[in-house]
Amino acid sequence: MSAVTDTDAHATPRDRLTRARALHWLLAVALLLACLASLQIGASDVRITGLLASLARGEALSQMERVVLLDIRLPRLAMGMLVGAALAVSGAAMQGLFRNPLADPGIVGVGAGAGLGAILAIVLGALLPTWLTGITGNQLVPFAAFLGGWGSTILLYRVSTSGGRTSVATMLLAGIALGALAGALSGILVYIADDQQLRDLTFWGLGSLAGASWAKVLAAGPMILAAIAAALMLGRGLNGLALGEATAAHIGIDVQRMKSIAILAVAAATGAAVAVSGGIGFVGIVVPHLLRLASGPDHRTLLLNSALLGATLLILADVIARTVIAPAELPIGIVTAVLGAPVFLWILLKRRGLVLS
Amino acid sequence: MTLHAENIRVSYGRREVLAGVSLIAQAGEVTAIVGPNGSGKSTLLGAITASLPYKGRVHLNGQDIATLRPWELAAQRAVLPQASHLAFPFTVIEVVRLGLQSGAAGDRSDVPLRALARVGLAHYSDRSFQELSGGEAQRVMLARVLAQVWAPIEDGTPRWLLLDEPVSSLDIAHQLQVMQIARDFTQAGGGVIAVMHDLNLTALFADKVAILAGGECLASGAPCEVLTDVILSRAYGCALRVSAPPPAGIPYILPHAASA
Repeated sequence: MSAVTDTDAHATPRDRLTRARALHWLLAVALLLACLASLQIGASDVRITGLLASLARGEALSQMERVVLLDIRLPRLAMGMLVGAALAVSGAAMQGLFRNPLADPGIVGVGAGAGLGAILAIVLGALLPTWLTGITGNQLVPFAAFLGGWGSTILLYRVSTSGGRTSVATMLLAGIALGALAGALSGILVYIADDQQLRDLTFWGLGSLAGASWAKVLAAGPMILAAIAAALMLGRGLNGLALGEATAAHIGIDVQRMKSIAILAVAAATGAAVAVSGGIGFVGIVVPHLLRLASGPDHRTLLLNSALLGATLLILADVIARTVIAPAELPIGIVTAVLGAPVFLWILLKRRGLVLS
Repeated sequence: MTLHAENIRVSYGRREVLAGVSLIAQAGEVTAIVGPNGSGKSTLLGAITASLPYKGRVHLNGQDIATLRPWELAAQRAVLPQASHLAFPFTVIEVVRLGLQSGAAGDRSDVPLRALARVGLAHYSDRSFQELSGGEAQRVMLARVLAQVWAPIEDGTPRWLLLDEPVSSLDIAHQLQVMQIARDFTQAGGGVIAVMHDLNLTALFADKVAILAGGECLASGAPCEVLTDVILSRAYGCALRVSAPPPAGIPYILPHAASA
């Protein structure tokens, strides 16, 4: 460590930020390709390439093609994009907020809390006064899921964070307790539910995009887009928070305000995604982790890249779910779990190595 | 311009850690806060940096810090914490950049590299922060803090470095280096307040010393006034003896060094 090496070492540092910004474009192209694949592949042999060709020749779509494309595949694609982006961004934001790469709304009970909110709305929604349901309209279930997710995120943060530091063990254990509590309460509600509601709940709980419709896209879309937009503004704040709450404040970040926005964004994105698609796991933990490996942990680029990669991966997972056992289909939650759980275990293994060495 | 803390009181639960401490630090001077473990040194710095709830007033360059927004404070003073835990695998240069206020412009600025060179770690810029030794991590954090207030005077107003035990995990060469950085910052017009454990380094580098014990300020002033046998023995609760090296050129014989 001589003075010579200190002064002549002004080589340009490796620039991960430029790489991360280039990744925005790469992932946007990947998302576009995934969208095309999703429109191309399906149970019926309607093909987007063929349709585009006939449109170019000036021929109108047949009734069947119109239904398959506009009422089945497009809303499903839109919902897959929204839910995938929501899950990945809420994962990245929550990991930044809790300063821990293992924090994920699905793992630490926020998803379960949002699920409880959604089930409450499905089962007891009929008991609400009509003026209230008139106001909330199709937003009732997503909004209830948002409230459930919000409550559990705040509770989780209070329990697991003290003096500006988050205990991983406490966070994960509190998540287990929260998940169990929400599961138990949801179980009670299942007994109250009537047959139609029970059918809704079962379908929903598997974690699936199968029920996709324009109505659901409209119900969840605004909340998800608002949450993602809010999360994208948190980049610098979450970077600062990586140094701890006190240091984040010292470098000029309004920590309390930033935390409140992060919690709201996580709850809204998770809540809306859970409300329309049930519990789709591992997207929120795998996507940000892969991106940190590729281009570093800078949240100013990580959040947008997470949205793009999350949407892409969920669309592709949905293509797999729709085709492997066609004409039947797998719940997408099974596909993401089969792909995501091993990655999660691999992350744990690597972290263990880091701690022991 | 000064940093003026008036009658600061801090309690943790029912226990009063600071019982009305006042401190005036001048820009252009290194002000050291010393005292035994648990005397409230770091707590006093915590109040000055608005990191914990306190009673009393803190004026920074004439403004009450309670009325300033976080980014207004951050433009005037940077804070070096005692220990830093980083949650994600940022590289060293990325950590130093975190200290910069402006996001986009900060990525092109050469200040972070110059700050790293200042602490002797320019060639570390691409290393993972999480894999550094304790001492290296502390120096990188100092570089981050320096980058935040790189110009000691901006628009005629001095800026401040508030350092909590800046040399605690460093070897002697880097202790001297870090204290020299602090002194250079003050000689260029900035202000430094440092919580110190090492009394000899304090005597060597501080312009003013405040000595705390039991949550109160026992004495403050120039090192030669404060670092005396009587005050130090009282503050630390053990017998201490202060010596001074002789003027240059005069032989100085230490018999106990020969028999040791």
